[in-house]
Amino acid sequence: MRFYRALLHLYPTSFRNEYGDEMAAIFAQRRRDAANPLSGAILWIAVFFEILFNAFAVHWDILRQDLSYAFRTLARTPGFTATAIVVGALGVGATTATFTMVDHVLIRPLPFVDPDRLVKIAEGNRAAGYSWSDLSPANFRDFQQRNRTFTSMGAFQGSISVNLAGEGDPQRIDGSAVGAEVLPLLGVPPLLGRYFTADDDREGAPGTVILSFTLWQGLFGGAPAVLGRKLLLDDRPCTVIGVMPRDFNFPNRNARLWTPLQLGPQAFENRRSTYLYGIGRLKPGVAFETAEADLKTIASQLAREYPKELANMTSAATLLRDELTDQSKTMLKALLAASACVLLIAVTNLANLLLARALNRRRELAVRAAMGAGSERLIRQMLTESLLLAVAGGALGVAIAVSALPLLVRLIPVSIPIAQLPTVDLRVLGFALLVTCATGIGFGVIPALRARRGGDLTGLRDGARSGGGRREWLRSVLVAAEVTGSVVLLVSAGLLIRALWKVQAVDPGFRPDHVLTLRTSLPMPKYWTIENRQPFYSHVLSEARSLPGVTGAAYISFLPMVMRGGIWPVDIKSRPQDEANRQTVSIRYVTPGFFSAMGIPLRMGRDVAESDTRESSPVALVSDSFVKRYWPSEDPVGRQINVANFDRTVIGVVGEIRVRGLERNSEPQVYLSYKQAERVHPFYAPKDLVVRSAGDPAALAPALRRIIKEADPAQPVSDVRLMNEIVEGETATRTVQVRVLGAFALVAFLLAAIGIHGLLAFAVSSRSQEIGVRMALGARPGDILSMILREGLLLAAVGIVIGAGLAYGAGRAMQSLLAGVGPADFETFSAAVVLALVMTLAGSLLPAMRAVRIDPLNALRAD
Amino acid sequence: MDPQSLLPLPPATFHILIALASGDRHGYGIIQDVALATNGKLRLSAGTLYRSIQRMLEQGLVIETRDRPEPEEDDERRRYYRITKFGRDTATAEARRLTQMVRLARAGGIVTGRT
Repeated sequence: MRFYRALLHLYPTSFRNEYGDEMAAIFAQRRRDAANPLSGAILWIAVFFEILFNAFAVHWDILRQDLSYAFRTLARTPGFTATAIVVGALGVGATTATFTMVDHVLIRPLPFVDPDRLVKIAEGNRAAGYSWSDLSPANFRDFQQRNRTFTSMGAFQGSISVNLAGEGDPQRIDGSAVGAEVLPLLGVPPLLGRYFTADDDREGAPGTVILSFTLWQGLFGGAPAVLGRKLLLDDRPCTVIGVMPRDFNFPNRNARLWTPLQLGPQAFENRRSTYLYGIGRLKPGVAFETAEADLKTIASQLAREYPKELANMTSAATLLRDELTDQSKTMLKALLAASACVLLIAVTNLANLLLARALNRRRELAVRAAMGAGSERLIRQMLTESLLLAVAGGALGVAIAVSALPLLVRLIPVSIPIAQLPTVDLRVLGFALLVTCATGIGFGVIPALRARRGGDLTGLRDGARSGGGRREWLRSVLVAAEVTGSVVLLVSAGLLIRALWKVQAVDPGFRPDHVLTLRTSLPMPKYWTIENRQPFYSHVLSEARSLPGVTGAAYISFLPMVMRGGIWPVDIKSRPQDEANRQTVSIRYVTPGFFSAMGIPLRMGRDVAESDTRESSPVALVSDSFVKRYWPSEDPVGRQINVANFDRTVIGVVGEIRVRGLERNSEPQVYLSYKQAERVHPFYAPKDLVVRSAGDPAALAPALRRIIKEADPAQPVSDVRLMNEIVEGETATRTVQVRVLGAFALVAFLLAAIGIHGLLAFAVSSRSQEIGVRMALGARPGDILSMILREGLLLAAVGIVIGAGLAYGAGRAMQSLLAGVGPADFETFSAAVVLALVMTLAGSLLPAMRAVRIDPLNALRAD
Repeated sequence: MDPQSLLPLPPATFHILIALASGDRHGYGIIQDVALATNGKLRLSAGTLYRSIQRMLEQGLVIETRDRPEPEEDDERRRYYRITKFGRDTATAEARRLTQMVRLARAGGIVTGRT
């Protein structure tokens, strides 16, 4: 019998209280009727399932009733319903989208086998202040052979770019040259074919290539018969030996093919020619720190063995999964904090809305309780209603998250080899929904709980309209918290905007407007000698200059901000340098007319000329900072420098440009004549064409393509871009950061305004009687207005003061993102405070107007 | 209230209405009545009974009655239910509906018997 009573607990309490005893009595009767133990057992089994079924059915009946009741009550207050849903949706959406991305970048494992054991290896130079730079092949080989902490180590060339021909139009493809060890140690098996072997990696071995999934789909439509096909990479026939699976990205998301590194003996001669990175897999049980120390030891051995070249060499290593700049990490954390802030504000707002509604419904609940509705039924009813709101808000929130993700993904640097785009993370979504639901439930059920505490008959009494001191206080705290949160977000967004403006205001040193650029990477060895290249440049440049509107055209090794490296040590005659501490400059080969085409001022001397050939003496132009470094008070023209294997005479000085981008200091620049290098390293061969036009530069592209096709039909054209776009690209990440944080700030701003409006509107309606009395006693509308506004402003003031303090802390935490803007930036704080005040006034205005328009007679007569 | 509004009735509801039509009953009485009327084929479980009764109370088909039978037959615990006028009308309407169905079935030749 006790068991039967326990089973009855499956029914809703109200049902059990009503019928439990009767049912138990019937069951007892039945048991008495059961003649023998067997039919008794059958009775038990039947009763058990009967209760399961009927209890579920009763719950279902109640849910249906409650839902339809909830729909009806919510539909009666569409303003409240819409606000609650939107508020919940914003909180859920912002949090989910941001956390999904942060999780994707920071927490998710890389798409390799046992990725936490992978270490990226580089070298550093104490004297030059580089903590992280490429390895020379010889140094890599020594790390590889001497270490005792890695099971395997391989070298790769970060990014290579090749002309691909043999399938369709010639095109320019990014890829990576990898040592034979690299792909096997990452552990992802090829989808088709095989990895490179040591034989493929030998110098002089026949050309081989492994394709990415995307390239395989693009070139061959995913045909399985691709293995053994031949492609021309920079005019060299290469056999396709493998295809990697779809999610495989290495070393970055741009790589679409892999070739073997094929280092020859001469590559190991110069220890200062650095262009490789190492990747290694830790031996089982070896901690990263142990391996790091191991590499340090090897680096100091090398520094002792080769004091001339490597005196200041150090090693550098990082776990592959930690390979994200501190700046990106800070940004992601800032975003996470911002979205938490938005969620907090949303939840606070929701709580406030529900509290206000609950106060309005006290009488309804009291009536229902008086009519005999059990408190359990009332609570359940309120729960259903709150959950309905939360679920509707959550669904809208998911839609917001899904549409916001593509924007957020642009914040992830392309250098991270994560797989694909993130999809909305269900755990996060669950978390945000849970928080919203918990808020809805928590604050939605309070009034029903109060109704249960018997003596709440006050709800039925006259004049039971006012908020009641304690809860009014709670609601004020909630609103002040909303203002605090929105001030923090406004200031953070403001600081980022200031930083963006500051970076945008940086002078790049050239005039990027009206300039079109494109790249023609001439394949080697076909174009190795200047005799072979010369006709191509001459044809393209003379034809381009004759196009209507073109005011200048020239070739350069690399565009500024596109290629940031290209650094060479420099020697000044009569100024011997410490071999291990040589100072470096960025070197570029240019054709005549580059400076005028780019709008770089020629300060003194002359530009390179067609007559600066291999037969004449080598010349160089230097930039302002070069002059400042070596000859601050002397005439630089005519002096000798040694750079790029030759003694060269300085023939001119040009303006400084931002080679390394708007936010970084660049090495001094040295420009060389494109003709004064017999066999220029393919890396430095002029490949970027810049064309300045009086009209719309973008309109030149088809004509330029035609001209290049005339010069060499097999030559691909890539990277057709406006110079303006390249400069804007410098601030693209910042722009997205500002947009995202700005959107968060806007959301917070609106939510806080809604919160203030809600609180004051409720205060006015519940105090209409008091206001009526005041007016009847002679208070002027101005008094009433200032009374309401004062209330709003007081809340705002508290929020602003606390918010400003927190915002300063937030600004300090993200200082690395601020490009030198101080975290206590006066203008930003003033703007945020003014905005917060405007928001408060906007939120207070409607309730204040309503208060002024209260008719004393009506207010006193009501109830 | 329109007696047609609740048709068709769930079988349990219909049986309960028929049982109550001949007089007030308590829960166990209804179960016994239904079992008797159907030759023991339908034995309502306590859960089904009270779930139906709860709904029928809300729909106004039955009411709980305070009139008690003779003291010796009464049990303090028991609740008695009485059919309302609406309940009676609804049961009649349901019976008419079922008769109509049977007539249709006969016309269609699915069952035989008196017309």
